[in-house]
Amino acid sequence: MADARSLPRLLTGVPGHPASLVEHRARYGAASPGPGLLDQLEAAGLTGRGGAAFPTARKAAVVRAQRGHTKVLVVNAMEGEPAAHKDRTLLATNPHLVLDGATALARAIGATRVAVAVARDEQATVRTVRHALSERDREDRGLALELHTPPWRYVAGEESALVHWLNDHQALPQYRPSRPSILRVAGAPALVDNAETCAHVALIARHGAAWFRALGTEASPGTTLVSVTGAVARPTVVELALGTPLRAALRAAGADLAPQAVLLGGYGGTWLAASHLDAPLANEALHPLGASVGAGVIVVLPADACGLRETLRITRWMAHESARQCGPCAFGLPALALDLQAIVAAGPDAPVAAQRLAQRADVIAGRGACRHPDGVVRLVRSALDVFAAHLDAHRRGRPCAARARRPVVAVPELEPEEDLVWQ
Amino acid sequence: MAVRSRTDTFVLLVDPIQCDGYGHCAELAPELVHLDEWGYPILATTPTPLAARAVRESARLAVRDCPRRALRVERHPGAPVSSRSGRRSE
Repeated sequence: MADARSLPRLLTGVPGHPASLVEHRARYGAASPGPGLLDQLEAAGLTGRGGAAFPTARKAAVVRAQRGHTKVLVVNAMEGEPAAHKDRTLLATNPHLVLDGATALARAIGATRVAVAVARDEQATVRTVRHALSERDREDRGLALELHTPPWRYVAGEESALVHWLNDHQALPQYRPSRPSILRVAGAPALVDNAETCAHVALIARHGAAWFRALGTEASPGTTLVSVTGAVARPTVVELALGTPLRAALRAAGADLAPQAVLLGGYGGTWLAASHLDAPLANEALHPLGASVGAGVIVVLPADACGLRETLRITRWMAHESARQCGPCAFGLPALALDLQAIVAAGPDAPVAAQRLAQRADVIAGRGACRHPDGVVRLVRSALDVFAAHLDAHRRGRPCAARARRPVVAVPELEPEEDLVWQ
Repeated sequence: MAVRSRTDTFVLLVDPIQCDGYGHCAELAPELVHLDEWGYPILATTPTPLAARAVRESARLAVRDCPRRALRVERHPGAPVSSRSGRRSE
């Protein structure tokens, strides 16, 4: 059995050289999912690694309890978060670990279909997964394994949008007034789990709950993949025990160890001032600071950058990525971006814009069908808080010294609205 | 029919995807709805007692006359006085 305290667990091998099924079996041993997988997941305390950190066992149990003679297990490898590349890296290293976990979960809930969703824009990942699926033809008797390639959009990986796409080829979030709501693919109850979550399931099925808990904290057991970008030599994915101090995470990734702030969770996450870098990477420690692990994203902001300008760039892109289904999101997010623009420009209307920005954030929060607008509101509020000194300078008409500086956050270019693909 | 508790409440809810910001609801149920700067409804989140007949009637009209059929009333049981009072929605 693999040493429970050694790292990495998931990223054994070389990224970019996906392990074949034979190599995979040699590396991790044969998959032997016995009965009681959900009990093991419950005891392990595994939570979803896609961002919401919902207990995996509980989510699976809800779907298992649904009537219907067939169910669907959806592997969410959409990774719509531009600052994240951990699912891609995992699939480029150990695709069969993800598929082992997915098939084990499928059997545990009574599913006969496993649908793996990879954004079609990620062609290398699509090829890797297609090949891995073809290797497994004989492995998974009784299960239909499928590859699906929705368009890459920020919200396309939101689980209701993903299910919508699987049903109707529309990558748009759905309105779900009561939660937990049961998502359905072709009428069958569907369980959607993040790709990394599936890989952890595969290891818990092999080694058990106690092994899983040998790393991590009591409340946040296990390891997690973290994508570190920004002030770092190169974008890096590191696997860390949950509870690792943020500073140690930066060190492991070779990032700037004296940053101004870090963006945690994702584009819809929270800026955290450098004074909190000793905080452990675990939700029980981050929640009191208004932050969370989210999708395992850390963007490192160097001392000489302007966090408000970076927030403007992210907000503008997030506004553009709105599915434009809900008024408060379609109109509200561009309005937030305009306010931020006025603040960063440090013109005479900057003080008014700052006030209006805070009010608009309050108005928009909680009023979309999905959580996309809430994420932007969270980002904006944390920016106003963490970059209060910059805000103050801009309100007094002092533009940013960081203006000439190269932008830090790798925000994708805005596509013309008519070129946005949702189908 | 279940016995209705005097402390039962209701909230007005909107499907934000269906809503196109016609704004009729704010005219019909001003006690529960005001509009944001883009014309989309902001709904009262504090539950209203079912006993408040006038507000209940406003909510009913707002639901009925929404051109997008985006609104609905959700009832919440108050303190139980009947063993049959469960969660209902209409």
